[in-house]
Amino acid sequence: MIETTFTPIASLAGGALIGLAAVMLMLFQGQIAGISGILSRLLPPQADGEAGGRLAFVAGLVLAPLIVYAAGSAWPVPQIAATVPVLVVAGLLIGFGSIWGNGCTSGHGICGLSRLSLRSLIAVATFMASAIATVFVTRHLL
Amino acid sequence: MSILVQFAIGLIFGLGLILAGMANPAKVLNFLDLAAIPAGRWDASLLFVMAGGIAVTMLGYRLAFARGRPLLAERFVLPSASRPDARLVTGAVLFGIGWGLAGFCPGPALVAALTGGLPALIFLAAMLAGMALARRLAAAGAIRPAEPRRTS
Repeated sequence: MIETTFTPIASLAGGALIGLAAVMLMLFQGQIAGISGILSRLLPPQADGEAGGRLAFVAGLVLAPLIVYAAGSAWPVPQIAATVPVLVVAGLLIGFGSIWGNGCTSGHGICGLSRLSLRSLIAVATFMASAIATVFVTRHLL
Repeated sequence: MSILVQFAIGLIFGLGLILAGMANPAKVLNFLDLAAIPAGRWDASLLFVMAGGIAVTMLGYRLAFARGRPLLAERFVLPSASRPDARLVTGAVLFGIGWGLAGFCPGPALVAALTGGLPALIFLAAMLAGMALARRLAAAGAIRPAEPRRTS
């Protein structure tokens, strides 16, 4: 396992920025900031004419590291411990599960919980429990 | 205008994920590893991400909804399905297994497209394939009359 340090202040501030983005998307566009929903609606079949805005939002996410780098911070390299086969299986599960369950960490975890949605509460409790169980099995049992 | 606004919102969201540490799978996995608590190696940072995100969103949504309509669109588009069903739970279980295996969820996977090299791109491709498959299955289910289903 890769050691990481506890960063309560940065994480609280980062969470607040995520919240700001979610509020802005609702205030300006009237939309829930669910990444899986926005991203998947770029895949065929596209139901409406809003692909441009969705693509712009996704481009902002992809290009965000450039802002961090331009501001003088280190290039934010993610630490990925999983092997390629595990990444493929995990990617398929995340992609499928987020659409099947109508949302992911952002749509259910931030937007849904903020609206006190019962569906989102159940979704978040379920995927948290299943993720915690998965990490327990892979790190401590296998 | 609307395109530029959505690009800026994507940037802010991405910056938030990076600053919060959510864009780093190692940090996510160390948060999900509750068995590390006794040894003092649990990284509780992600609790603070959720707290910050929900506090701002809960308050901000209230202010936004009070306006009656969005600034650049006709109406607020909110999920209509209110009752949890088996499909929601099945999807969340699968999502959680994937999250626990790799430490990536959809937002961080996009943020890692330029920074995570080939492993991140492989994850992203698999994730898109999973999304496409689910959409196809959901669409196939929607035209089957056997079981009426509320969608959001």
